[in-house]
Amino acid sequence: MSEFLHQLASGLALGGVYAILALALVMIYQATQLVNFAQGEMAMFSTYFAWKLMDSGWPYWRAFAATVVVSFFGGLIIERVVVRPFAKAPVLASIIVFIGLVLIFNALAGWLYGYSIQEFESPFSGRPWFGNVYMSAHESGAVVVSLCVLALVYGFFRFTPLGLAMRAAAQNPTSSRLVGIRVGWMLAIGWGLAAAIGAVAGMMAAPIVYLDPNMMGGVLLYAFAGAVLGGIDNPFGAAFGGFAVGVLENLVGAYVVGDEVKLSVALAIIVGVLVWRPSGLFGRRLVARV
Amino acid sequence: MTERNALGRVVTLAVFAGALAFPFLASGYRLYQGAQVLIDVIALLGLNLLTGFNGQISLGHGAFFAIGAYGAAILVVKLGLPYWLAIPIASAVCFGAGFLFGFPALRFGGLYLALATFALAVATPQLLSYNGFNAFTGGSQGLTLTRPGAPFGLLLSGDQWLYLFCLLWTAALYWAATNLVRGRVGRALIAIRDQPIAAESMGVNAALYKTTCFGVSALYAGVAGGLSAIVVGFVSPESFGLPLSLSFLVGIVVGGLASLGGALFGALFIEFVPNLAAQLSVNFGESAMALPGAIYGVLLILVMAVMPTGVAGAMRAALGFVRRNFAA
Repeated sequence: MSEFLHQLASGLALGGVYAILALALVMIYQATQLVNFAQGEMAMFSTYFAWKLMDSGWPYWRAFAATVVVSFFGGLIIERVVVRPFAKAPVLASIIVFIGLVLIFNALAGWLYGYSIQEFESPFSGRPWFGNVYMSAHESGAVVVSLCVLALVYGFFRFTPLGLAMRAAAQNPTSSRLVGIRVGWMLAIGWGLAAAIGAVAGMMAAPIVYLDPNMMGGVLLYAFAGAVLGGIDNPFGAAFGGFAVGVLENLVGAYVVGDEVKLSVALAIIVGVLVWRPSGLFGRRLVARV
Repeated sequence: MTERNALGRVVTLAVFAGALAFPFLASGYRLYQGAQVLIDVIALLGLNLLTGFNGQISLGHGAFFAIGAYGAAILVVKLGLPYWLAIPIASAVCFGAGFLFGFPALRFGGLYLALATFALAVATPQLLSYNGFNAFTGGSQGLTLTRPGAPFGLLLSGDQWLYLFCLLWTAALYWAATNLVRGRVGRALIAIRDQPIAAESMGVNAALYKTTCFGVSALYAGVAGGLSAIVVGFVSPESFGLPLSLSFLVGIVVGGLASLGGALFGALFIEFVPNLAAQLSVNFGESAMALPGAIYGVLLILVMAVMPTGVAGAMRAALGFVRRNFAA
């Protein structure tokens, strides 16, 4: 039983990472009906940036904050320079551009920081929290950070004028433009926010999966699975899906198929959900006008 | 036959004549690379039928390539079949796998299909090294095949024979693909890509065409995989991961979406850019490992921005320009 609870708890910790990465994916999906395949590699690159800062002597939280801010502007610039020109292109072209970004970030990280695996420090060390024997301090911390990110994002979209403007721009670009919202910039800010959230996900994942240029491949796949499971147009669904996938992946990996084929759990979830319930658990059913 | 068609035929025949002469001019490693290019051409033809002509994106064709490679390797190593029989059987299995994957793919829009095939690409190496299949797949160790020599007492070296064997498959599959694309089926595939609703109301059975197209595309990838297993003489899970699938995507985009001739450019590109990087890494150390990825990534974006029809499209445009301005 304690082994089971242990698996459940560490599933929750990684699930938190999947949940916020899925949230980042959903943010971009809502505005553009596209999934950013480069989200994981962007997060990986941000994490390397944080690692470099800490390597040069910055304390953890200062490096954390700097990375989040830099990632925000990085995401914003990518949207303006690379993604914007393809705004009206077909889906296929956009996906190819995202794959291009994946390859570029992967190569850039390998070139700048090397391909060897690095340890990434966790800010939460020492004894497990609250006498919780099933989770390490980092795992508890990662869950708390994920929940904080979710709450912050909710607060931002619910209670701030900018968040409202962004929601409006995503839902009805034409009308938003007519009432004076700069829709293009809202999209760019969305990319910035997604990149910043991704950076947090990367920094929370790195102490668990270790830092190397390919660290986010699996994480991104689980985030996809989470987003699809919860409904790719629903932020709450995606966050729930992320946690659910984290737990499922760990339990199925431990008790059913074995650790070494865990990634196929994500494949099974994605294909299964798309076949039986394409809109996910909480998504809206899409009806297209012919 | 119009003038344009005639020119196309001349070019195609010239390219095949050159490819046929190649094994008698080059030898050793160059010949091995030549065979690799032909294998890539087959895989790219298949992916282009699916993505370029039918508009279904696949980021996971490495998986079908892997099924072909492992299928052929298992048939040869474990069941003792001759290699020339193993390839058709393995590719038939691939057709089945592709056809079956095509069914759920029917319900996915472009984006979801990309997600599902991406997941397939990432999960493939893990599935191949799964302990439960060790008896067949050799686990993470993979399988080793002996390279066959020339049959019928032909005076050819092993390398020459394997190259020609690949060329035979390439020529046959290229011919099949051109006929497929030019006829009724090709028009239906393109119609489904461009105007799915109009195509269906014209009586095109979109579901059947799309799943069959997925199957045929997987069959091409399977033939390529089977040939690769025999030419390389080795299969292992790690060589069939996401990078392989993405390099196929790079190949069709650089060569030219919806252009069969472009497959040759794409194949040359994805074969020689990593090679170049490997040579550079002798001088520049580990950081040159990043080079193929960087070049691929930048080119994917540039090609989509500047010449979405790839090298083949650019050449067609250049040819048209010359003809308009300089022809009498």
